Amino acid sequence: MALRTEELMLNMGPQHPSTHGVLRLVVTLDGENIVDVVPDIGYLHSSVEKMMEYRTYLQNVALADRGMDYLTALANEEGYLLAVERVGRIEVPPRARYLRTIMLELQRLSSHLVWLGTWGIDLGATTVFLYCFRERERILDLFEQATGGRLHHVYFRPGGVYEDLPDGWTDRVLAFCDEFLGRVDEYHELLTGNPIFLARVQGVGVLPRDRAIAMGACGPVARASGVDFDVRKAFPYEAYGELAFDVPVFQEGDCFARYRVRMEEMRQSVRIIQQAIAKLPDGEIRSKVQVNVKLPRGEAYARTESPRGDLGVYLVSEGEDAPYRVKIRAPSFSNLFALTEMMRGWKVADVIAILGSVDIVLSDVDR
Amino acid sequence: MSAQAPPPIPTRIAPIQTAVDILDSLPGGSVVLSKVEYLLNWSRAASLWPLTFGLACCAIEMMAAWAGRFDLDRMGVIPRATPRQADCMIVAGRCTIKMAPIVRRLWEQMPEPKYVISMGSCATCGGPFYYDNYSILKGIDQVVPVDVYVPGCPPRPEALIEGLLKLQEKIKAEPFLRRAVPA
Ligand code: SF4
Repeated sequence: MALRTEELMLNMGPQHPSTHGVLRLVVTLDGENIVDVVPDIGYLHSSVEKMMEYRTYLQNVALADRGMDYLTALANEEGYLLAVERVGRIEVPPRARYLRTIMLELQRLSSHLVWLGTWGIDLGATTVFLYCFRERERILDLFEQATGGRLHHVYFRPGGVYEDLPDGWTDRVLAFCDEFLGRVDEYHELLTGNPIFLARVQGVGVLPRDRAIAMGACGPVARASGVDFDVRKAFPYEAYGELAFDVPVFQEGDCFARYRVRMEEMRQSVRIIQQAIAKLPDGEIRSKVQVNVKLPRGEAYARTESPRGDLGVYLVSEGEDAPYRVKIRAPSFSNLFALTEMMRGWKVADVIAILGSVDIVLSDVDR
Repeated sequence: MSAQAPPPIPTRIAPIQTAVDILDSLPGGSVVLSKVEYLLNWSRAASLWPLTFGLACCAIEMMAAWAGRFDLDRMGVIPRATPRQADCMIVAGRCTIKMAPIVRRLWEQMPEPKYVISMGSCATCGGPFYYDNYSILKGIDQVVPVDVYVPGCPPRPEALIEGLLKLQEKIKAEPFLRRAVPA
């Protein structure tokens, strides 16, 4: 006679060390097996979209840093300013475009390092965290020298960037790039060859290609499921159209594939930075734009590839000095809801591994 | 035993070698006179185990404070993930109105004596989310009592370390055995 079993509801979060923020997962369990997962969000809703309607276009740059995905402050500024520049038909000088590209790729490195370090902690490998933050501190130093901030930079401006680079900055970046490629090998040695790590991630949390598309997954999550799409290639912005880089795509759709996509992206980011520095043109860093810029009536949608995926900003202007409406399409939000598909049928111990591999930031989910 | 004067008693937490030196320089060797309260406070201050309540951007700087460069472990500050093992709570980041009851509940779950560090402008007063905002709590001191405020958006890890040192000073000056115990 079969034992009668009952389903168990388990609340994970909102204060849980491995939810990477304040997320509540309502997990329905049958014994050890996951029957269903429902994410409960809104614990970090900061109402930036509403706040942006009350601030000028310039003030909103600082808000985009903080209110959206806080690990990728510059990528948020880029998404927002691209929309502003499209509505206002503001030109960005070539040097500023290259500077932005370099900064965006450095940001991608620093964001992926946080992901790798914290995922390592989730899986019980604290060493990875210490290694990753060692390199991240160096990137933050470079940011600090150029932009003045470690986490929130407010460096991009409508029509360019705030300041030119300090002396010798590009040399320091190049030196860092050379060293960093060796570091990526080191991470590979720590993790990719580790049988315990492989047992926890290989084949776990598979997201098939059709489900990835149906759930609107984007960024590294979609590319690990075989969706060959990168906004930097499909709709090039800034200097990406003039630089050569590959988009890593894997077919498996499991946690290990997501891990390998990001590891490979780090190498490609280094490649982009090196090329951009080699090609860095001289000249203006900011076109002539009023500080309190007023945009004409109009609307625009800007798509960028933030480290977490496809970040879109839809901006409507009514001719004032503040936007009429800003809508943010957050990459973490759609990736979070693909999570249910990945988790169904796996064991309760895999929740952490799968959640970490998606790399969500709750302030991006809730805005 | 030489007759030299004992070195002055350091006010900050002494490295072990200094302690051994003090012991050696005392006549007779291994006896130190102190107040029980001082000893208790000294040991409490030197092993603060905070509950890491990371809410937003500031949590990333808090994580960096435990990583290689800043290394909070050397101050005896070891992160805990559960309130039941913690002496103090670091609330790092903006707290929404939806999250506020949970902050309160975790604070209530911590054993006495307990302390709260509010890290960042958001936790202190709402920060950049003070005006025109319907969802962020204007400072976590509306739900829990705060001992140390660390300003900044985000505060650098050094600032958090300074905040923890300030909390240690506060703990060491406390009349621990004579305090009023809440009912
Ligand atoms: S104080 Fe600044 S860095 Fe800290 S949570 Fe608030 S907005 Fe983020």
